[in-house]
Amino acid sequence: MDKVKVAIIGAGITGASIARVLSKYENLEVHLIDKNPDVGWGVSKANTAIIHGGYDDDPDKYPMRAKLCIRGNRLWHQWVKELEIPHVWNGALIVALKDEDFKELEVLLERGIRNGVPEMRIVDKDELFKLEPGLTREALGALWVPIVGQIGPIPAVIAIVENAVANGVKTHLETEVRGIKVENGEVRGVETNNGFVEADIIINAAGLYADEIARMAGVDYFEIHPRKGEYWIFDEGIPGPKRVLFPTPTPISKGIVVTTEISGHLMIGPNAQDLPPEEKENTATTREGLEEVWKGAKKLWPQLPPRSKVIRTFAGLRPEPTGGDFIIKAEGEVWGFINVAGIRSPGLTSAPAIAYEVAEIIQRDLGIELVEKKKWNPYRREITHFFALSYEKVNELVKRNPAYGKIVCRCNKVSEGDILEAVERMKFIGVKTPSIDSVKFRTKATTGTCQGSFCRPRIIQILAREYGVSPWEVTLKGKGSEIGIGDVKVLVRGE
Amino acid sequence: MYDVVVIGGGPAGMAATIRAKELGLKVLLLDDNDYLGGILLQCIHPGFGIHYFKEELTGPEFAYRLMNKLDGVEVKTSARVLEIINYSDLEKFVVFTSPEGVQKVSTKTIIYTAGARERHAFEIGIVGDRVAGIYTAGEAQTLMDIYGIMPGKEIVIVGSGDVGLIMARRFSLEGAKVKAVIELMPYPGGLARNIMILKDFNIPLYLSHKVVEVRGRGRVEKIKVVKVDENLREISGTEFWIEADTLVISAGLIPNVKLLTEIGVVIDPSTGGPIVNDRLETSVPGIFVAGNALLINDLVDYVAEQGELAAEGAKEFIENGGIPSKRWIRLVKGENIRLLAPHYLSGERDVWIYARVARPMEDVVVEFVEIGKKIKLPVVKPAEMLRIKLRAKEISKAEDKITMKVVKHE
Repeated sequence: MDKVKVAIIGAGITGASIARVLSKYENLEVHLIDKNPDVGWGVSKANTAIIHGGYDDDPDKYPMRAKLCIRGNRLWHQWVKELEIPHVWNGALIVALKDEDFKELEVLLERGIRNGVPEMRIVDKDELFKLEPGLTREALGALWVPIVGQIGPIPAVIAIVENAVANGVKTHLETEVRGIKVENGEVRGVETNNGFVEADIIINAAGLYADEIARMAGVDYFEIHPRKGEYWIFDEGIPGPKRVLFPTPTPISKGIVVTTEISGHLMIGPNAQDLPPEEKENTATTREGLEEVWKGAKKLWPQLPPRSKVIRTFAGLRPEPTGGDFIIKAEGEVWGFINVAGIRSPGLTSAPAIAYEVAEIIQRDLGIELVEKKKWNPYRREITHFFALSYEKVNELVKRNPAYGKIVCRCNKVSEGDILEAVERMKFIGVKTPSIDSVKFRTKATTGTCQGSFCRPRIIQILAREYGVSPWEVTLKGKGSEIGIGDVKVLVRGE
Repeated sequence: MYDVVVIGGGPAGMAATIRAKELGLKVLLLDDNDYLGGILLQCIHPGFGIHYFKEELTGPEFAYRLMNKLDGVEVKTSARVLEIINYSDLEKFVVFTSPEGVQKVSTKTIIYTAGARERHAFEIGIVGDRVAGIYTAGEAQTLMDIYGIMPGKEIVIVGSGDVGLIMARRFSLEGAKVKAVIELMPYPGGLARNIMILKDFNIPLYLSHKVVEVRGRGRVEKIKVVKVDENLREISGTEFWIEADTLVISAGLIPNVKLLTEIGVVIDPSTGGPIVNDRLETSVPGIFVAGNALLINDLVDYVAEQGELAAEGAKEFIENGGIPSKRWIRLVKGENIRLLAPHYLSGERDVWIYARVARPMEDVVVEFVEIGKKIKLPVVKPAEMLRIKLRAKEISKAEDKITMKVVKHE
């Protein structure tokens, strides 16, 4: 049987999820393409990391979002177990600070019920402060959504891609799509900087660039513009909320969230700043944006720590599509071209549901009958984290490899063994350029109180050794971000 | 059971170990690096040991001299302490991991000499792109002097403290162009001898300025600087950009005290290190602290001296089953004293007082109010630690506290 060749453009949470779901089928040959050196480095890298409840999206205005968010939430409960993705199901409170806010909460509650969200209710002041004692005393009540959770977004993408690759998906990293070949109204393949990738089906999951990719196929009815959100993360030990705290939403945004992210750090953000379509790489933090987040967060969480307790600020971009709803469909004019575009919030939540939606589109709209593999492995084992192990378990591992007993990142207790395993997993999914970020996203090294000033030089040594490159050629985040310019005498020699 | 477990094999830890050994104590020295010496090994410039060894040495030479005295001491490197368990006032457990696995040892006392960490770009409010080429000064120094990596060629340094100035020289000597040193305060932060470096290498120093933003794609490309007024508020309209591929942050050190705070050791917010008595004992009996984990020192000689003091404290502790209770006299901060240690004095022995002023002043008197002690000094600077000996007899004149202050000489 000839296999149907599928090229997925974009190895973010959406593309990765699609790759995993399509890896279940015997008659598909799945290629996952991304221009970055590693997976999940676009939109998926920087966001609020929330598995939303599904009450927020109006099914009349945004039917795709409304349908896929709640379905995605339910699927994540299964995926985090199968793939051992770090997660917490802590619930969310959408807080009313003014009497008028209750009207909006009622709307959300009704909408949630319509979308099929279970377990929601409006709680009064008494119950609210039992759920969240540190909340502002100005709070009057809240909508309580217990099914909300949080995950590590990049660890999730990595886990999904590892599982997809284990099930036969081929990755093409550092591969930038330059064109799409269409013949007689059917897609033929993808032109890239690394050659031509033949394809019968092309799935456009290119995040911020989905409009540009679509145009390469002659589809130009939508545009994506970036919406920037900025965040603060504070040092460990700073008290944060147990639940995800939202303000009552506005028409453009769910508002500035206060949460304790899964590593236990207080995190606040994002604001929402619309950027012109050409600023798709603008992830710079700004004074104004961070100030806005600070002020917004303070309304819900008055006990913000001193500014010196910040360990990191960052900005992420959400891809805002024309019309506001997810664009998930097989394009009629170009047979085999499926857009999965405009996956803005709640994209992370919806990703697994989007993947099943795409499988359905392939069957229903392209008429390809999908044949399930007899043996498909749904499981993936989480990378070893020294900090999560008992001392007995460490000692078992040390017998196999002494590197598991040696700490490289002091703040987060990351062992050399953890890092070696990260490198092994990087190579497994095809990461060609060694980068500190690839290690960071797998192990948490460099993300603690000191932000890597002790461990980065040691990680550089390990990466240089394992990848067989000079230490100064090791990068922070791919080519063009090398950590040095040569050996220490390079300038003195006049090179 | 050990008499002492020393955590940290830099100068304070090695000096503490050597002294403890001399005092006949059974010692274990732990360090999480692959080698002893701590930060000294990357400090390849001279200027070390003038007080302690009475000659001028480089960092590695200073470290080597101490290492040579460690014969017969049990030392474990690549050994990271995970946990200190305060089992009783006379017995503690230290849990550490190394390539041999996780081990737990018991000890009567602990001397904690884990040094400090550097403040990083996010802590000082720098915004913009997250790109390669942003290093703390110590990290850049490690890259260059331990691993032989040249980080970049056009350098901007934040902070005119000693570490920043020494790195300015280091970069210049390796052929890089140091385009500016940016200092927030209206005066330079380093020792006088290090400020000379700027003249030697023609490096512009911008006082009352701060770096606010970094932009670039893969690497640092340009750095935004702004002038500040006397209240450190930014003056709008004074912004300018410097093109550079590397930003080095030398914005101060913070004692590494996480393991101590986990067992309830009380921290002095002004030093960032523990509150200690004149034996350098913390608020948890039998746990002593020395070096930059106690307070940020400017000379390694003082660091080593504190290590020895802590070892003597451990000896007294072991001999007496605890430091005997006494009438502790508090040493408190008065005018123009930003930080000081130790915080409690017994009056039974002479004590070195370590302190820093908040702002520079000329022609001053350092006064210990309640005991009437006065010392005239031509100049005091925040960068230069005051180290003053108080005699037992002087201390015991105080009722319950001694206030240290720095005032204009009249």
